[in-house]
Amino acid sequence: MADVTLRGVYKDFGSTRVIHGVDLDIKKGEFIVFVGPSGCGKSTLLRLIAGLEDITDGELYIDEALVNQRSPKERKIAMVFQSYALYPHMSVFENMAFGLELSKVSKEEIFKKVAETAEILELTPLLNRKPKQLSGGQRQRVAIGRAIVRNPKVFLFDEPLSNLDAALRVQMRIEIAKLHREMNATMVYVTHDQTEAMTLADRIVVLNAGRVEQVGSPLELYHRPQNAFVAGFIGSPKMNFIKSSVVSLQERGVEVALPGGGTVIASVAADGVATGDQVKVGIRPEHLSVSAEGPMTGVVEVIESLGESHFLYVRDANGTLVTVQGKGDTRLKNGDTIALEVPGSLCHVFRKDDTALPRAFDADIGHHTPAHAASELV
Amino acid sequence: MTLALSASGAGKKSAHKSKLTSDRIRSAWLFLSPMLITLAVVAGWPLLRTIWLGFTDANLSDLSRTTFIGLENYYVTFDGEAYGLLVDPDWWNAVWNTIWFTVVSVGLETIFGMFIALVLNAEFRGRGFVRAAVLIPWAIPTVVSAQMWGWMLHDQFGVLNEILLTIGLISQPIAWTADPDTAMWAVIMVDVWKTTPFMALLILAGLQMLPGDIYEAARVDGVHPVRVFFKVTLPLIKPALMVAIIFRALDALRIFDLIYVLTSNSADTMSMSVYARQQLVDFQEVGYGSAAATLLFLIVAVMTTITLMAGNVKLSEGPQS
Repeated sequence: MADVTLRGVYKDFGSTRVIHGVDLDIKKGEFIVFVGPSGCGKSTLLRLIAGLEDITDGELYIDEALVNQRSPKERKIAMVFQSYALYPHMSVFENMAFGLELSKVSKEEIFKKVAETAEILELTPLLNRKPKQLSGGQRQRVAIGRAIVRNPKVFLFDEPLSNLDAALRVQMRIEIAKLHREMNATMVYVTHDQTEAMTLADRIVVLNAGRVEQVGSPLELYHRPQNAFVAGFIGSPKMNFIKSSVVSLQERGVEVALPGGGTVIASVAADGVATGDQVKVGIRPEHLSVSAEGPMTGVVEVIESLGESHFLYVRDANGTLVTVQGKGDTRLKNGDTIALEVPGSLCHVFRKDDTALPRAFDADIGHHTPAHAASELV
Repeated sequence: MTLALSASGAGKKSAHKSKLTSDRIRSAWLFLSPMLITLAVVAGWPLLRTIWLGFTDANLSDLSRTTFIGLENYYVTFDGEAYGLLVDPDWWNAVWNTIWFTVVSVGLETIFGMFIALVLNAEFRGRGFVRAAVLIPWAIPTVVSAQMWGWMLHDQFGVLNEILLTIGLISQPIAWTADPDTAMWAVIMVDVWKTTPFMALLILAGLQMLPGDIYEAARVDGVHPVRVFFKVTLPLIKPALMVAIIFRALDALRIFDLIYVLTSNSADTMSMSVYARQQLVDFQEVGYGSAAATLLFLIVAVMTTITLMAGNVKLSEGPQS
């Protein structure tokens, strides 16, 4: 267990800069998840921490020690790879013991450690098998076991579940969460799957084009995205963005125009906006609902029914396709004209530069945000 | 071939062969027949004829008067003395020369080939150029490179003696290809020079099949690179390595051109092929030479089988700690 600290970390591949000055403090025992679209540099950042890539500029500390120049082994990290990276000619036991054999650990000690770890991960009956005789989930457990036996300061996971099928992914996700709770180890986890990020993370780091967009707890990112990128990236289906303008500044928030002439008062602080400014209104599909008196109208283009819920894809008066998520079934048909209820307390407003106006009301964030923080924002 | 065989195998089991299956088998044989006929003409017939001639007293001066003499070319007692190939010390000398040559040259080629392959597998500027350059010795026809080396190894005008004399390593010229102490080593050196690139290329192909992530895993585990080579790389490329070694060993057991050009019929370097040619052409003993060629074929066949079996056993067992 250790702290990991990044100070102004840059990485260049040739003349291409892929990491643009990342600052990050990872606390002891924390589960940190890096998310972002492909090519955003999340895996590179992990490999920089691992020591598999050289840091071009900046400082990396593990437990207050500067480790820029240290080898992966000296950093005392363990890594679990997307492709498992098991030695194909070695048995499960040998795979787990291989990294231990050279450190001054006795044969009995190695055997004991591997046996214990195998017990935790339910690998004991498989110890003599070769990787190719194992299923994907079992292989990934061996890869995790290989990391555990080394008793590292930091666990690094590079998209460990993306090669597994959906059902197995859920199961392994739960196992990893359990493992983190039991071992209370510092873990850094890279994924492009936001469900994994939301469910596993203590804090999520959203990366975009080599820069940190926002760091925060899953619900913080969901409820208080600092910009349109984070708002669009966190949450599924994606948040709807509606082109709009500020109609008036009110005590309760900012009144913004909706397509088709209606308005809504979004519960946000009017920081740096004035009446008439062009803004973007963000509203999540699960917060929109069909209602006869709604301020926004549109035509249903496509309906997706999932049984427990349904999605309506609605073309609004500006020609933007808006996603609406509803519970259960719907009686609507393609081509129906409907009105949508837009709850102002759940709206996000983004300035022209895509930064978010601070949200004032936190009823749905619950205990995560202290009351005084909310009052400061108004 | 596999398709045709498995299809016909399946056909035998069911009493009634469907029309589709029998059509498939027929067209498979149809497509195979040109190759089978060609093989029979260019490989089967000469082989059978050589084996047959080995049982006769055929002579190059008049091949029409050929009589069957059974195993006399191989072994016969005459007035209490044994004659024939099996008791010919020259033949056995050629056999041991060939085996010695094969073991040493293939061994050296494997080691050097491995080094070169590991270097070429690394990322560096101009790798493509170096890969091509390394192949040059292999691309030169053996007769040409043997002649070239013959000149370089020449005892009076050779560049090798010139260099060694100039830097003072030797005090008088060495007759590399004529001196019994150095002749075989000269042959082995030229063969290693010529064939190492081939070995390197086969091993390189094996190396490039290896997944890169396990090397990163080994780095994270802090395993020393030398240990990674012996514990990870070597076991994983063993199948490719075995194929390369078997391939090269078969080739080396039949060595002819290099030895013949470099050292002619010298007994110090005479291989089985050179011996068979000498009997057939120089001494015009077609029957005796054919017997030698047949024995060569048998020896190569037996050694191949042994190597394949040994290789297979190792391959299926895999490394165990």
